[in-house]
Amino acid sequence: MEKEFEIVDHTADVVIKAYGANMNQAFANAAKALFSLITELDNVDEVVYRDTELIAPDQESLLVQWLNELIYLFDTENIIFKRFDISQLNNTRLKARSYGEKVDSARHKLKTGVKAATYHMLKVDKTNGCQVQVLFDI
Amino acid sequence: MPARWQEVVNKIDDYRWEIPKSYKAGMLVPGLIFANESMLNHIWQEQVFQQVANVAFLPGIVDHSLAMPDIHWGYGFPIGGVAATRVKDGVISPGGVGFDINCGVRLLRTNLTEKEVRPKIEQLVAELYVNVPSGLGSEGKIRVSEKELNEVLIKGSRWALEKGFGEAEDIVATEESGCLKGANPDKISSKAKKRGIPQLGTLGSGNHFLEVEVVDEIYDQGVAKAMGISDVGQVLILIHTGSRGFGHQVCSDYVGLLGEAVKRYGISLPDRQLACAPVNSAEGQDYLQAMACAANYAWTNRQCITHWVRESLIKVLGKSRRELGLEQIYDVCHNIAKIEEYTIDGKKQKLCVHRKGATRAFPAGHPDVPDIYRDVGQPVLIPGDMGRCSYIAVGTETAMKESFGSTCHGAGRMQSRTAARRSLRGADVVRALTARGITVKAGSMGSLAEEASEAYKDVTEVVEVTHKAGISRKVARAIPMGVIKG
Repeated sequence: MEKEFEIVDHTADVVIKAYGANMNQAFANAAKALFSLITELDNVDEVVYRDTELIAPDQESLLVQWLNELIYLFDTENIIFKRFDISQLNNTRLKARSYGEKVDSARHKLKTGVKAATYHMLKVDKTNGCQVQVLFDI
Repeated sequence: MPARWQEVVNKIDDYRWEIPKSYKAGMLVPGLIFANESMLNHIWQEQVFQQVANVAFLPGIVDHSLAMPDIHWGYGFPIGGVAATRVKDGVISPGGVGFDINCGVRLLRTNLTEKEVRPKIEQLVAELYVNVPSGLGSEGKIRVSEKELNEVLIKGSRWALEKGFGEAEDIVATEESGCLKGANPDKISSKAKKRGIPQLGTLGSGNHFLEVEVVDEIYDQGVAKAMGISDVGQVLILIHTGSRGFGHQVCSDYVGLLGEAVKRYGISLPDRQLACAPVNSAEGQDYLQAMACAANYAWTNRQCITHWVRESLIKVLGKSRRELGLEQIYDVCHNIAKIEEYTIDGKKQKLCVHRKGATRAFPAGHPDVPDIYRDVGQPVLIPGDMGRCSYIAVGTETAMKESFGSTCHGAGRMQSRTAARRSLRGADVVRALTARGITVKAGSMGSLAEEASEAYKDVTEVVEVTHKAGISRKVARAIPMGVIKG
């Protein structure tokens, strides 16, 4: 299987790179990278879903807002998401359904709290496959 | 790009290094790093020079883009960065405050000695762990409605006091008396409120902690005495937390909104995370009003935790509040923007001072220093990592002249979290701490490894630089005995 994402070292925070055959997939893998920082996704089942619709001024902002929306859902509803179905994505609009499960402390060991996705080192790149890069404040 | 920092900086003295405007086209002022020579190698490797230079692009910035010795690579602003912009024609940047708005430190003193507490430390740490909600996804014991949350946002620490969490003396010994003026809950998104309601009164996770510590060195007896620190062996309690998900959401919301304002005002920036708007614009004022809400949320948070800390000590030590002492020495914020007055080129000017991982350090006689410390200066609280030590210092006139009344805020990370996790296991960190007489309780073993001493610069080296540069003066040092990590 092609590499979905990787975690890049950064002193205070965490940088992720996510890949995809198209941008929808790269955005979905960035979300997967985010939740892999929070917990091991193998133990997470797909029992609930949440729909997200976003409008942003450009695709980079859309990526930051998409990830921050998921952090918000995790923070307020305690849902760990593991699969992301992005049905629409252009430069200014995103529509997605995210599947996962509410935190069950018996089965899910939470690792790292993520405060937010930032615009620092942010990249959305289509030149060589699709690749995105985000720095999370931890 | 120059290959070595030696080709870039102008040495001013052993603790001051200037990055000239010629380093990067677009810098409006030079950069100034407070550090010793050996720290500069690490600072250089980390792209911190770039970040200090990028901050110097902010319209209206005066004097220097500053870096404290605990500086490390952040996002937009470096962590340990200080920037002052003119209120009349400068900007405010939410990135210059950070996501954890009013992340800060509160220090309580006790009448207890190490001898009295040591035999009960495990019990005390266990009690604190139960009594103070901590860890990722934890919820507070306080239940507030949205209407009550709005009161928290306006009143800050005073709200907690009215609910019976704390004492009037706590507020006197808190920066801004625990309430930043101008807070307006109408400027807060419903998302921020939804995140804030369940998390009020929680320590959180990451680098936030609660520590039982022992004074092991006093450098300035007179000032220490004014702070109620009388002897080596005296037990202190240190609380480090901020505005939780509420502040994170406020920052996310406004970085997005001000990112649009940047285009409207035609501001050109080298990093989108530096998004900003003129202080006097509607957008800038909206952020300041929202930021004040988050600052007040954080003070309320630390105030409620203070109350549970007192309850825990009373229970475990079996003594009354009066016998225990347990007065608050001070509470400082180290992620904030403040409107303050400074003399620039002989003229008094109102400035917006961004402190991103930096502590206010006002000198004796400053009107914003509470009466109890007016003769000695504002206490500066500098936590180290959980294995080494933390410092109590005091503000100086030099800080007013050179660093916009600011000094360092902690040790500063040295190693990435992933590298720390790779090289250390949580269980080993616990063993190493236990061997040094430190009892630790953490929500997650992984986060414990991330926060190990090895991942941080030595806070002693950081504090030496600020002391020798004169931007704060050492008063006392304390070593940990019990640590609770989220």
